Amino acid sequence: MTQMTMIQAITDAMRTELRRDDNVLVFGEDVAKNGGVFRATEGLYDEFGEDRVFDTPLAESGIAGLALGLALQQYRPIMEIQFFGFVFEAMDGIASQLARLRYRSGGHYHAPVTIRSPFGGGVKTPELHADNLEGLFAQCPGLKVVIPSNPYDAKGLLIAAIRDNDPVLFLEHMKLYRSFREEVPEEAYTIELGKAKIVREGSGLTLITYGAMVRTALKAAEQLQKEGIDCEIIDLRTISPLDTETIVKSIQKTNRAVVVQEAQKQAGIAAQVIAEINDCALLHLEAPVGRVSAPDSVFPFASAEDVWLPNEKDIIEQAKATVNF
Amino acid sequence: MDLPVNDSGRIEDFFPTLRILDTQGHVINEQARPEISNDELKELMRRMVYTRVWDQRALKLNRQGRLGFYAPVAGQEASMLASAFLMDQEDWLLPSYRDIPQLVWHGLPLYKAFLYSRGHFEGGQYPEELKAVMPQIIIAAQCTQAAGIALGLKKRGKKQVAFCYFGDGATSQGDFYEGMNFAGAYRAPAIFICQNNRFAISVPVEKQTAAASLAQKAVAAGIRGIQVDGMDPLAVYAATKKAREHAIAGDGPTLIETLTYRYGPHTMAGDDPTRYRTDELTGEWEKRDPLIRFRFYLERLGLWSQEDEEQTAEQARTDVDKALKQADRVSKQNVTDLLGFMFEKPTQNIQEQLDAYSAREGDQR
Repeated sequence: MTQMTMIQAITDAMRTELRRDDNVLVFGEDVAKNGGVFRATEGLYDEFGEDRVFDTPLAESGIAGLALGLALQQYRPIMEIQFFGFVFEAMDGIASQLARLRYRSGGHYHAPVTIRSPFGGGVKTPELHADNLEGLFAQCPGLKVVIPSNPYDAKGLLIAAIRDNDPVLFLEHMKLYRSFREEVPEEAYTIELGKAKIVREGSGLTLITYGAMVRTALKAAEQLQKEGIDCEIIDLRTISPLDTETIVKSIQKTNRAVVVQEAQKQAGIAAQVIAEINDCALLHLEAPVGRVSAPDSVFPFASAEDVWLPNEKDIIEQAKATVNF
Repeated sequence: MDLPVNDSGRIEDFFPTLRILDTQGHVINEQARPEISNDELKELMRRMVYTRVWDQRALKLNRQGRLGFYAPVAGQEASMLASAFLMDQEDWLLPSYRDIPQLVWHGLPLYKAFLYSRGHFEGGQYPEELKAVMPQIIIAAQCTQAAGIALGLKKRGKKQVAFCYFGDGATSQGDFYEGMNFAGAYRAPAIFICQNNRFAISVPVEKQTAAASLAQKAVAAGIRGIQVDGMDPLAVYAATKKAREHAIAGDGPTLIETLTYRYGPHTMAGDDPTRYRTDELTGEWEKRDPLIRFRFYLERLGLWSQEDEEQTAEQARTDVDKALKQADRVSKQNVTDLLGFMFEKPTQNIQEQLDAYSAREGDQR
């Protein structure tokens, strides 16, 4: 075991898979000699060379097309979108091309492509860098969307994503990259995609969230505990497909739920979670499911992030409202 | 630094149209005539005639509702088939939706082409030995994928090439440039074949770009570019042959612009070409017909006869009928098929929906 930050765990996952399978390739803008703008690919170019870890020309759509072509030559590409705000340039490549390859070929071809990208607010990037666009991609059939909340999960989920024979969008919250360390095994391990994790057990209320909001929810839960509200917290880890089973089981126990997302409210992941709860656990509820999200504006300029992003206080308020309904 | 200027100062003057046969099938550029055996000449003619007959038949079948989505190809046979003639069995093909003939001659069974036209997934279930991607709908998306396939071929050390086909309208897309540029930067073995048939649905090429030729767009990517008479099978063949040699020698990609024309509508889904082009223009292009000029050329060489023509046409008609019957035998698609192709293993939501739909579909049977 070693202490690792989430970004170190991510690098470690790629290194592990590059060593294990010659077909794994890492490419994107500035990922080779420079090791990526966040240093997520630090050291990989030196260890594996230009043939395995290489820079691309600066064009996101080109990167996605390149990944599909390389997948058709039996490679297992890990492509990086430098900031998730740039992903619209590759929307066709991801949603129409990679995610549809299996169906369009009647199962003859598949795209074992991992799309890595830093996302999420709170680190004061310039505009159009940080957006929480995960909901758009959760709507794409044929694509899995994974969002880790900690170093241990990041390594296991990323290895699982790389080994998966379908395209996986792996979103790395920028605020989590270096915010804390934890024990991460040196050997390879996988965490099954599509499985949520109960990160805190409780009996009075279920908080369902993912990404950076998991830490925020944990802090809120500590405060709520002092006020007599015992929270269970589910870290979704994969937002598409959703682990409805884990959510429903928890609600059968707690009878109350609040869904927390960093993204804007409109048509987000929380809406889908709430709809699943309505379908599968409505009669177990003692209160309407609460929702905490950012407002439905565009993602703000850096200086407004602090007032825009959902925080601990928002979660506490909503949790109390749901419990006292 | 010396800029690439010539006397006129116009970049298009670096891209003269390569033409070897005139409209009467006379060799007008002996120097450029490619090495090609008599058997190959004959086979190329056979493929063009066969494809013309099948295309005519497909239009009728579409009108009868027996085929679905179909983009006519008549007029573009030389552009399509004389270029694809250079493909090795292991070369990769990235076609657009009009480039079904190249797919079929590269190994797609005709009945699968018909299934694709009908919108059936079995039309995309390619035989293992067929190295090709399904026809691309998103204009120019195949260009970036071609760069990826070509880079993969290079990494694998294969002496193979990616053949990427698209139209004049595609050159306005970012992906066209990105694909050429990526392939150029990696010196990847790709050939980008732009079939300039003058109209992207209705918009004339003059309104797509201020560039006087599309071939010259290669300059921006730093790769080779050549413009050829796309109605001249020998010119298309010669340019493609050279491009392939460069590609496998590690000299990187080439952009080939073929000047061609589609006689028919954009697709059979209601396009009316009289709204945007004149019969006179179509008539002019028909005089340059690739089959006519190649027939003249081959007849003079004693390689083609009326009998060859009739036999080929008959073969095409028989094959189309046979393929149609085979396509008719394929079972209908249902929702469970569709759900089953979403992932290698069904996810939680997909499995639930599979169960629900298989129960429902079971009831219907």
